[in-house]
Amino acid sequence: MATNSSNRIDVQKTYKLFIGGAFPRSESGRVYPIKDFKGMHLANPALASRKDLRDAVVAARAAFPVWSSATAYNRGQILYRMAEILEGRSAQFVDEISALEGVSSRIAQAMVKESVDLLAWYAGWCDKISALDGATNSVSGPFYNFTIPEPIGVVAIFVGAKSSLLNFVGAIASVISSGNTAIVVASEKFPLPAITFAECMATSDLPPGVVNVLTGLASELAPWTASHMDIDAIDATGLTPKLLKEVRLAGVGNLKRIRVPVDIKSPKRILDFMETKTVWHPIGI
Amino acid sequence: MNPFEYAPALESTKIVQVKDHYGLFINGKFVAPKSGKYFPTINPATEKKLSDIALANSADVDLAVKSARAAYIKVWSKMPPAERGKYLFRIARILQERAREFAVLETLDNGKPIRESRDTDIPLAAAHFFYHAGWADKLQYSGNGTGPKPYGVVGQIIPWNFPMLMLAWKIAPALATGNTVVLKPAETTSLTALLFADVCLQAGLPAGVVNIITGEGATGAALVNHPGIDKIAFTGSTEVGKLIATSIAGSKKAVTLELGGKAANIIYDDAAIDEAVEGIVNGIFFNQGHVCCAGSRLLVQENIQDEVLTKLKNRMALIRVGNPLDKNTDLGAINSAAQLAKIKELSSAGDAEGAERWSPPCILPNEGFWFAPTIFTGVSQSHRIAREEIFGPVLSVLTFRTPQEAIEKANNTPYGLSAGVWTEKGSKILWTASKLRAGVIWANTFNKFDPASPFGGYKESGWGREGGKHGLSAYLKASN
Amino acid sequence: MIVDSTENSLRAFLKTLPAVDEVGAHARAGMLATRSIKTTSKSWAIDMAISMIDLTTLEGADTPGKVTGLCAKAVRPDAMDPTVPSVGAVCVYNDMVGIARKKLDEIGGKSIPVAAVATAFPSGRASFAVKAQDTMDAINAGAAEIDMVIDRGAFLSGRYGEVFDEIVRIKELCGTHAHLKVILETGELVTLDNVRKASYLAMLAGADFIKTSTGKVTPAATAPVVLVMLEAVRDYYAMTKIRIGVKPAGGIRNTKDAIKQLVLVNEIAGSEWLTPQFFRIGASALLNDLLLQRMKMRDGYYESPSYVTLD
Repeated sequence: MATNSSNRIDVQKTYKLFIGGAFPRSESGRVYPIKDFKGMHLANPALASRKDLRDAVVAARAAFPVWSSATAYNRGQILYRMAEILEGRSAQFVDEISALEGVSSRIAQAMVKESVDLLAWYAGWCDKISALDGATNSVSGPFYNFTIPEPIGVVAIFVGAKSSLLNFVGAIASVISSGNTAIVVASEKFPLPAITFAECMATSDLPPGVVNVLTGLASELAPWTASHMDIDAIDATGLTPKLLKEVRLAGVGNLKRIRVPVDIKSPKRILDFMETKTVWHPIGI
Repeated sequence: MNPFEYAPALESTKIVQVKDHYGLFINGKFVAPKSGKYFPTINPATEKKLSDIALANSADVDLAVKSARAAYIKVWSKMPPAERGKYLFRIARILQERAREFAVLETLDNGKPIRESRDTDIPLAAAHFFYHAGWADKLQYSGNGTGPKPYGVVGQIIPWNFPMLMLAWKIAPALATGNTVVLKPAETTSLTALLFADVCLQAGLPAGVVNIITGEGATGAALVNHPGIDKIAFTGSTEVGKLIATSIAGSKKAVTLELGGKAANIIYDDAAIDEAVEGIVNGIFFNQGHVCCAGSRLLVQENIQDEVLTKLKNRMALIRVGNPLDKNTDLGAINSAAQLAKIKELSSAGDAEGAERWSPPCILPNEGFWFAPTIFTGVSQSHRIAREEIFGPVLSVLTFRTPQEAIEKANNTPYGLSAGVWTEKGSKILWTASKLRAGVIWANTFNKFDPASPFGGYKESGWGREGGKHGLSAYLKASN
Repeated sequence: MIVDSTENSLRAFLKTLPAVDEVGAHARAGMLATRSIKTTSKSWAIDMAISMIDLTTLEGADTPGKVTGLCAKAVRPDAMDPTVPSVGAVCVYNDMVGIARKKLDEIGGKSIPVAAVATAFPSGRASFAVKAQDTMDAINAGAAEIDMVIDRGAFLSGRYGEVFDEIVRIKELCGTHAHLKVILETGELVTLDNVRKASYLAMLAGADFIKTSTGKVTPAATAPVVLVMLEAVRDYYAMTKIRIGVKPAGGIRNTKDAIKQLVLVNEIAGSEWLTPQFFRIGASALLNDLLLQRMKMRDGYYESPSYVTLD
């Protein structure tokens, strides 16, 4: 953060959306004001529209073949790089978190460190999840039978509002570690660290479109997400019970996998957004 | 005369600063050996001395083991697993940053082509640290119980054929699982291990967690027999592996051994022939054949023998033997005079027993230790060159008529490390793989390694696996 | 006789060809791409690559002015340096052949052949009568090389006899007037197994050269594709003592790419193919990059694109 002399005016940051590796404004032109915990104006992040969501889905779908066919090792390297970048930019996040949540910078610092560690934790899962969940199955007959977990595809994530950064980072890392691509809707209360984290992702060799970040109202975005036929799964952590029910109903259209994962740090969270494929092959000469 | 002769394309050695002599890396610093004795290490391509290496005696070994024990008790066993993992992530990243330096040093000390150290050895070494960094705080998911414990202090002895890679295969899982390490590199190839000590320092690894003690056979024996060692990991010859197993029998020490091999590379008549020929070449000439899992016995289906051998010989004529620092060199120097003598002795045995030797025309440099890529045809199962590990660029060619015969011949060895299978028929791959008594089976490929893939042998090729989920259990005492 | 040109005979032969393992082929091509070609071997390779270029313009917007400019470049690639060799051929659409031939003859390029694309290039979707006329127009206008396309639709639907017959008949039309390159359009064939099969089909039918692509479809002349085609000509020579050429076209944009191709030729087929007689590179922008690299080797510093001509 820039040090202020008494005469110096800050260059204030504009918070835009993150779609397809670029930072566009909402096509609707809408924004909403965010205040700090003292009621002072902080910023006008974008209020994402249905068209922004549509564009994000297109970007995520286009990025899926590339990301899912990268080696697990490569994905792990990129997630670890995100941790490196986040660690390096801690100070910026500390300021945002303190301002939004009203916590001391010492506590904010601890939250950022925890987020860095969580990213590194998920980075280490990329090339191990198949050892955990995959199997060779002893079927009766001369067949080699194996089960492999695979990424589902495009996942929409509604981030919970328990914390401004940790939930956001953990939700993304668990979904993309296996090769899924994502559209992440930041919680309404905490849009700013989400967009700043998008800047980290943009500089981490993450291919464009793998993660897309929208800021705005879950009450608007959730129904549109639920009925979009090119979204394969939803992490509904951040939705109210009422919205969750709406989403479950509308998601029936393409039988979306709708999950409300419990732990922010668990391999189960990775598996929640994977399919399993079982292959048979005869053994013989 | 080929108009397209590749001009020399030498990798510069300026990136490496080889010291005049090296001490022992104990408790986070370099110290002189107690005996004051050193021994030279040479570049096998030129026979010129590179440096003097410390000769550790049992007093030095004792100091190293005690340092490892202190570090285990006071620091490493108390450290939260995620923090342990972070040191390994740091080490992986630094290895990636200093990759070129390590590759050049490895080639100078070992004799292998720079292309191989640059494209295979060093990237894989970094990958091993990266992979195991991620396991450090996930051990409860590794199939070793909910609260597996490390052994404590592990003694590790590694060979000269992949010095840095073998170091990574040993140290990464040991540290990830919470053990501390005393590692003895091979006497002809200590330099990259000593450079690794510098990486440990740059990563801020607490003193005593990794100790590197250089020396000869006696140093290794002192390490194996030291009462303060809880577990031993050894990669090397079956002969020495048996000596180690003998000396610790009846003690509480755990041990894993990764020993020799005489792998069969089976080519069925429905193989993708051009790629199979490439696989044969890769299988025995990669790393000068100094590979425990080398495909040193070609088992080719008799009805395609002529076609395969013609293509193989044409392909072998393209193998470039020479200066390992030349980026276009395919086959480098034999690691030592002793190894060269062994290869020559066994090849002469092949001649004497009536096999037919063939090498492409090859100009071998005057200085250094060199052996042309060689095949022996007309080999039978009883020949020494079909039974004994040559550990050089020498392929023994045998034939088979049916899949059952291929299996019988492939399994007819006390070894059981690896095997290759070449066919386009999926069911035959799986059938063959199910019948082969070998720990690693490559189908339509060869010499592929990955930190996520468990490696190790059946029978006299050793005990235990390295890499993957399975490799962790070597370093953990299971709970529940 | 290897095949008797009936559908069954062709089909049976193609079935006996060994498969290509894609991962293995990519690995071999990848390893050969790490060859480091420096100093004298690099200079040699640059000049050889220049002499192998079929300098090409195949645009709907081609005009006499464009073609004559290309011809000048073909004869004297570097206006300031007469030691630079001329290219291997000029490649144009058949209605530009006459213009190209006339210009080349006027400016001292008599030894540079004009190659014409023919047989309803690039798609190959037309009646045989049209394809034959296309070919004859080119030959009558002075083309010494014909680059025909195979019928990919026929190939992919298994009508190998049709593919074979067309090539035989076009080769007949070429007679002694022109050599025949057969474009497989490997990007549409997709698998390396198909590339191998199509290569043999073309060679058995009388191709003088097998060529990867029209340049209008990507992927075009990737290293694994060229590798498989070089294996085909190598093995065909071993079978028949007939040496057939290979022409990669499309996607070879800079000196590094071109040198990688020459390394493939050297180590897969052999040095006998390292001549414009048996290896050509279909390219346009490549020539200027070769010239820039040649200047760098000569002068010791990097040049700017301002120092090569855009024709």
